[in-house]
Amino acid sequence: MIFKSPNDIPSSEITPESTYLNRRTFIRTAVMAGSVIASGAIYRGLTQPAPAQLAADQGPAATMLEGPEGESVTTFEDITNYNNFYEFSTDKRGVADKARGFVAEPWTVAVTGLCAKPTTFDLDGLARLATPEDRVYRMRCVERWSMVIPWLGVPLAAVLSAVEPLSSAKYVAFTTLYDPSRMPNQKTSILGWPYVEGLRLDEAMHPLTILSTGLYGRPLLPQNGAPLRLVVPWKYGFKGIKSIVKIELVAGEPPTTWNREAPDEYGFYANVNPKVDHPRWSQASERRIGEFGQRDTLPFNGYAEQVAGLYSGMDLRRSF
Amino acid sequence: MPLKKLSKSGVEFSKRVVVVNCLVPLAMLAFDAARGGLGANPLEFITHVTGMLALVFITLSLAVTPVRRLSGMQWLAVHRRTLGLFGFGYAVLHLFAYVWFDKSFAGAAIVDDIAKRPFIAIGMATVAILAPLALTSTNGMIKRLGGKKWRLLHRLAYVAGIGGVVHYFMLVKADTRLPIAFGIVVGALLAFRFADAYVTPRIDALRRSRVAPE
Repeated sequence: MIFKSPNDIPSSEITPESTYLNRRTFIRTAVMAGSVIASGAIYRGLTQPAPAQLAADQGPAATMLEGPEGESVTTFEDITNYNNFYEFSTDKRGVADKARGFVAEPWTVAVTGLCAKPTTFDLDGLARLATPEDRVYRMRCVERWSMVIPWLGVPLAAVLSAVEPLSSAKYVAFTTLYDPSRMPNQKTSILGWPYVEGLRLDEAMHPLTILSTGLYGRPLLPQNGAPLRLVVPWKYGFKGIKSIVKIELVAGEPPTTWNREAPDEYGFYANVNPKVDHPRWSQASERRIGEFGQRDTLPFNGYAEQVAGLYSGMDLRRSF
Repeated sequence: MPLKKLSKSGVEFSKRVVVVNCLVPLAMLAFDAARGGLGANPLEFITHVTGMLALVFITLSLAVTPVRRLSGMQWLAVHRRTLGLFGFGYAVLHLFAYVWFDKSFAGAAIVDDIAKRPFIAIGMATVAILAPLALTSTNGMIKRLGGKKWRLLHRLAYVAGIGGVVHYFMLVKADTRLPIAFGIVVGALLAFRFADAYVTPRIDALRRSRVAPE
């Protein structure tokens, strides 16, 4: 056996220093680039960029719709891409994407309970009760942000009158669809499902209260509560229960989801009130979506003139 | 394992990799902001993301020592400071976002918030704990304080980690899964350090006494 001494390696086979350094530079460049791409991908994954937008021109231009007292109407894009709808996602920017493909038709809503003529309506049946009309309302979320939304809907009073409430009916209870195969977050236990809400009968019959079936002149998108949702403009947004399947006239105050979750934070009435703080933040001001600074929050969200009378003699600090 | 020991230039290179990667989220946040890609409520988004990044980097800095001990990659130690400083930096941005966007620099409203709302007070306290750690992070300060005192002081990093998790847990509305996940990770890292400091030496001692000749 012949052992070659190291000297026998021909000098031509020795890696020249420049090649060695090039190789190192190459590896380091790859490590740096790879790690940056990985970090960027993780950041992207966690922050979920806004999904592809529906063209806003599918609805009428915002300028055609007057906001209340000259306040400008929130863009279609913002209204349809920033939503609290825990049935789909707890990330407001992620709801639109998760709700895409939710099939809202055919749909029926049972109006039942303490009434003479309990009826199950389909959407056409609702539209026959009253012609859907445009209502441009402020929407104040309990989380301190707000929008101005051009709803399309029918007065809830028209629907309730049609079933002829009995005199024993004092409250109205609403229930969202429960179908975990179509509302994926209902498979989790982050809230007690289905979502339920309620109003006093006089609040429900108030002319400002509507069942909305659309916004910006077109049918509601899933993320906004398709095909049918409640809108009570002087109350915090969470009262506006979405994708309603049941409306029941009842004698006593019905349970409501957020009140059940955190009774010290969310009351049954949930009237917009700058003087009653949420335990974790002040409700004195709000951020209007599309604006930079803060706006003062108005009592009853600016609808005090129309609705304050409903609560005369009540202590709104206790009945918050 | 080739990664167990790095050359001096390898360690220097790894420092650059860590710093650049710590800056990636900030760069992407700035990029998204510049092209209007932060969604309908950009100010809230900036506040949330900077808070989240602070918690992520504080947790990563707490993970350095356990990972180093388990993997034997001693060179990781140099990154603990970088990760901690970035955690502090993002926490300061988060605080600044709150003070500016939410409170418009109104001192009275901020004091009122701290007094009324425990999660705000805990968040503030967490930044207050991180500040002296950031100030004493230089080699000069380590020398001046002495290793023992410095290590004792810097155990506060765990208090800050716990403070961050509690602050996050208290502010979410209903979905507590993510804050709980952070809590489990920080808890596990703390448990490892405890075990490493108190249990490992005893097991070693026990082993030594067993193999010792009669």
